[in-house]
Amino acid sequence: MTNTATNQTSTGSDVCMSLQNVTISYGKFEAVRNVFMDIPHGRVTAFIGPSGCGKSTVLRALNRMNDLVPGCSLKGRVLFDGNDLYDRRIDPVEVRRRIGMVFQKPNPFPKTIYENIAFGARINGFKGDMDELVERSLRKAAVWDECKDKLQESGFALSGGQQQRLCIARAIATEPEVILMDEPCSALDPISTLKIEETMHELKRSYTIVIVTHNMQQAVRVADMTAFFNAEAVEGGSGKVGYLVEFNDTERIFNAPSQQATQDYVSGRFG
Amino acid sequence: MTSAPTSPPATADFSLRRRPASEKLLDQGFHYLTLALASFVGLLLLAIVLTVFHGAREAIATFGARFITTSSWDPVNNQYGAFVAIYGTLVTAFLSLLIAVPLGIGTAIFITEDLIPTQLRNLIGLMVELLAAIPSVVLGLWAIFVMEPAIRPALNLLHTLFWWSPFFAGEPQGPGMAPAILILVVMILPIITAISRDALNQVPVELRQGAYGVGTTRWGALMNIILPAAISAITGGIMLALGRAMGETMAVTMIIGNSLNFDLSLLAPGNTIASMLANQFGEADGIQVSALMFAALILMILTLVVNIIAQWIVRRLSLKY
Ligand SMILES: Nc1ncnc2c1ncn2[C@@H]1O[C@H](COP(=O)(O)OP(=O)(O)OP(=O)(O)O)[C@@H](O)[C@H]1O
Ligand SMILES: [Mg+2]
Repeated sequence: MTNTATNQTSTGSDVCMSLQNVTISYGKFEAVRNVFMDIPHGRVTAFIGPSGCGKSTVLRALNRMNDLVPGCSLKGRVLFDGNDLYDRRIDPVEVRRRIGMVFQKPNPFPKTIYENIAFGARINGFKGDMDELVERSLRKAAVWDECKDKLQESGFALSGGQQQRLCIARAIATEPEVILMDEPCSALDPISTLKIEETMHELKRSYTIVIVTHNMQQAVRVADMTAFFNAEAVEGGSGKVGYLVEFNDTERIFNAPSQQATQDYVSGRFG
Repeated sequence: MTSAPTSPPATADFSLRRRPASEKLLDQGFHYLTLALASFVGLLLLAIVLTVFHGAREAIATFGARFITTSSWDPVNNQYGAFVAIYGTLVTAFLSLLIAVPLGIGTAIFITEDLIPTQLRNLIGLMVELLAAIPSVVLGLWAIFVMEPAIRPALNLLHTLFWWSPFFAGEPQGPGMAPAILILVVMILPIITAISRDALNQVPVELRQGAYGVGTTRWGALMNIILPAAISAITGGIMLALGRAMGETMAVTMIIGNSLNFDLSLLAPGNTIASMLANQFGEADGIQVSALMFAALILMILTLVVNIIAQWIVRRLSLKY
């Protein structure tokens, strides 16, 4: 049951990140179990699935963000360019410099809008023209017009959706190799959402993107590959345990899934 | 709220869709109650300030600004100048802050930032709170009998090294400004630590994650994101501590020496406004009472000014960083 992940088929690109039998627990509670997945390089991969099935948990495991959650532990291996991310010799700070993240809730720094972008770039050792980088990043995140006149004001002086785009700009600005996005558009209007999606299309030429989304159309529009997660109650367990049902080309997931559960979910006949 | 529910039968189950008049009245009542309570604080403050000012009028008329700049305190000739006490108040308060702030914030960081096991953290937190619970007269006794003799060698060393500096002139001989500063540190440390700890705990997890998400180190996240996010609450705590340090009476009186002669040196006995008030009110009469009131007024103004400056600094800090 837990091992039904079908390997990707027709994609010719090489593997960027590889999850090998990954199980993540919060304390004693297993949140997701036995995930096998090869995330391809230079593509957009989407995670879909019902709330609480562990999408965010798996996503955070990809740049060791779960290290910050007390009691969270991971079994199995997460490979990035062939190296085990959870190896003792790996520095989590370096991991996060190479694998950036946009969070589910907007979380701008308590700094000026300009500093919100410049801060990450600076600690990543950016040496170029900072003004230009700030403008370029804000433009890519479709928030430049709203910010350009108040770059020196606090990042909190923006609306929720604008803050989220600021956070996207912040992640783009550090030019990581992989960008993880946890429902980046959930607080955005359709126009900004489209702009962000355009940015993703552009970004994937040079970066790998993994995005969690509850929006099926968005997955169809942006993702090359899609992973469907689900959760089921296990006997003796304290709650539902998430697992990867199916991982394949987005085409296949939405048109000809191999699992009934996937079919039900993508066609809205879920539950 | 105001619009009538548009029928369906189910609404019959909810009898409180329209709030009864009594409930609204209760709301209003609470509004006025809180208003009354809040004004009470304001009135109390006003009353105190007015009383002190009234008592100080005679001294203000007689001595004017000279009261602040001269250091003779001479009940025989009725000449009063509070410079010694003002100097002592400012120096002890600020130097104790200078020591207690890094110590307190450091402790707070240590117990909030997941550097040590939870039990140990809670233990340290508990000890900090217990420290705050020690009555100041007990601390004063401890300062006289334990702390001052214990630090005397260190003060002597300071004197031998820096004898040329007016701040360390004169052999330490027991009570003085330096031990008073240290006892103030002990007293304000728990305030700063407890408030900084709460402020750091209030920083949302998302913000931490955001900082680590762009690749900061733990140290970088702390200095650039977490502390700035908590800075206004921490500054509030520091201000409380400063207020306490400036106004603390018992322990300071017991250890500062209560000298009426001006001496720049930290190793010499000194005085503060609060301890001067405590020492002299008992046998003061005539213009001396008024002079003491004047000193009290100055103490209040000092605290007020410091608070305003702090507010201003916080506003600056919190926008820039
Ligand atoms: N910090 C945490 N501590 C304990 N349990 C957690 C924590 N974060 C998540 N969980 C649990 O792990 C499971 C998976 O959570 P996760 O946030 O990964 O779900 P999700 O798929 O992202 O859901 P959503 O779509 O609602 O964001 C849930 O059952 C949740 O209760
Ligand atoms: Mg989530």
